[in-house]
Amino acid sequence: MVRFSIFVKKEFLHIFRDVRTMLLLLAMPMIQLIIFGYAITNEIKNTPFAVWNESNCNPATQLIQKINGSQYFDLTGYYTSVGEINKAFQQGKIKMAVIIPNQFGNDLFHTGKADLQIIADASDPNEASAVTSYVQQIIMQFQQESSPEKTIPYAIRQEVKMLYNPQSESAYNFVPGIMGLVLMLICSMMTSISIVREKEQGTMEILLVSPVKPIFIVLSKAVPYFLIAMIDVISILLLSRFLLHVPIEGNIFLILLLCMTFTLSALSLGLLISSITKTQQAAMLISGIGLMLPTILLSGLIFQIENMPLILRLVSDILPAKWFITAIKDVMIKGLGFTAIWQECAILTGMTVFLLFVSIKRFKNRL
Amino acid sequence: MPSVTINNISKAYSSIRALDHISFDVGKREIFGLIGPDGAGKTTLFRILTTLLLPDDGTASVEGLDTVKQYREIRNIVGYMPGRFSLYQDLTVEENLNFFANVFNTSMQENYDLIKDIYIQIEPFKKRKTGRLSGGMKQKLALCCALIHKPSVLFLDEPTTGVDPVSRKEFWEMLKRLKQQNISILVSTPYMDEAMLCDKIALIQSGKILSIDTPENIIAGYPQKIYAVKGENNYRLLEYLRKNPDVQSCYIFGEYLHVTLNNEFDFRFPDKVEVNPTKASIEDCFIRLMDHRPERVSD
Repeated sequence: MVRFSIFVKKEFLHIFRDVRTMLLLLAMPMIQLIIFGYAITNEIKNTPFAVWNESNCNPATQLIQKINGSQYFDLTGYYTSVGEINKAFQQGKIKMAVIIPNQFGNDLFHTGKADLQIIADASDPNEASAVTSYVQQIIMQFQQESSPEKTIPYAIRQEVKMLYNPQSESAYNFVPGIMGLVLMLICSMMTSISIVREKEQGTMEILLVSPVKPIFIVLSKAVPYFLIAMIDVISILLLSRFLLHVPIEGNIFLILLLCMTFTLSALSLGLLISSITKTQQAAMLISGIGLMLPTILLSGLIFQIENMPLILRLVSDILPAKWFITAIKDVMIKGLGFTAIWQECAILTGMTVFLLFVSIKRFKNRL
Repeated sequence: MPSVTINNISKAYSSIRALDHISFDVGKREIFGLIGPDGAGKTTLFRILTTLLLPDDGTASVEGLDTVKQYREIRNIVGYMPGRFSLYQDLTVEENLNFFANVFNTSMQENYDLIKDIYIQIEPFKKRKTGRLSGGMKQKLALCCALIHKPSVLFLDEPTTGVDPVSRKEFWEMLKRLKQQNISILVSTPYMDEAMLCDKIALIQSGKILSIDTPENIIAGYPQKIYAVKGENNYRLLEYLRKNPDVQSCYIFGEYLHVTLNNEFDFRFPDKVEVNPTKASIEDCFIRLMDHRPERVSD
């Protein structure tokens, strides 16, 4: 054990001596999270919108003021035709338009029900769905505030129309995706590179001609990266909870356990890569193109797996990141317990065992 | 029992024969030199003996242990210094030494007397990162690391390549001292002058052993007279001599040309040159052996 700890200490020295890489490892997840986070949340604030108000009644004006008064929307102009609104959308002047028909006030007073239309620019579907849900909330509030007391509240039926991308899904939750990506990157890429570096430098040659078992060398490499990965997980969780206000519904220990399971599978993948490559470039290429790209594209991080052709869905099944992202979404966002994710955990554990077995088998005792 | 026994070893990389039926022994407390140009197969032989490569044919043993079957035991008792500098460049001198001591289940203090002579020379730089040491310092540190566990056999693959002449001399003096500590040493070098410092040498070329003996015997076995010739223009002189049918061989040797003759009695050198009979060196022997290899004759 003392020997092992000295090996681990040496690995930490390698990491600490390479300040740039270390900063990258610790800062990259946070930077990614903030970029992703604000790329989505910032847009919703001060979204420009326009109004076609045919009604000109009191409640209509009040509603418009209420929308404009919120921090999410800025009124940029009044239009009086569909053509004008379309033009404004095309020029990018507005992201959302509210159309209030001329019977709005009448209907509201006499029948208690009125219609209005919300049009959103869904060329960015996530933004559009966020915009419409915000505006819907404002209208709901307005309904409750303006209804006469002890009567049936006014019902304003809103017709939401998503322009350009009618089937847009709700904003994907990027936090699990980023976690998957970062853990994959740190564990697979960095571990494989640092093992292959020993081969490239020739130090592996000396280590092999020594009583040390190769598996010992390899496992000591995995420890520091496992710890760094855990630090990253915690910083991502803290940032997403307190900076981006992403709710963490599930049990935090279950989330950490899941992250550890996934980290182990990524580590063993890194070991496998290191056992089949001879140069750092090759290791980086395989883990970069061979792992990162499929992880980004096929694990549900950006694109919905459900909409993919069968063959790609099958490919996504062999990616550990896919199972991790599915499970972590269930726990973190939906707040489900272990019973909901035991299958994913079992698959990840199985993958880890298999990858470890193959990489230890493949690890050469000689050159 | 010899420290290293090599019996009919062959190794080929796809189409190239790196080693071609090589056999020799390294005795106890012997500095055995493997002398040959780059690509002669020296590194391959080292890797087979240090259990890093498997031979295609033949057997080898280190301290009586088979390099294929008992490779684990061998790895405990040998010290290996690869041809390329192979320590952690981002760790300091001290950290490297301590790490390799730990690798061999020992500590720097335990075998300090063995490395003391070498280590005191690099001790002033013990906090310096290895990557920022000079070439000679790096080799001394690498030797320390290979010695830290008091191996019984030391394999040094071109330890002095790229090292300045003073450091080279120091390095060989250290090897002499190690021999007295009961360590057998197999060392390879492309420098012919270092051959004289070995107890026994093997001249190797293209995977074949040309000759094995003590350096003195190899030199004594040189069959012909050698003349050191110097003219005003050595290059023109070389061309002139090589065209002459009485000249057996002629090659540049420092500021002289070394010439051997087919017919000693009749030959006259041009008047304007300085001619001295000289003793053969290892290099002369090596060149002669290269030129007289059986295959060459049948070509």
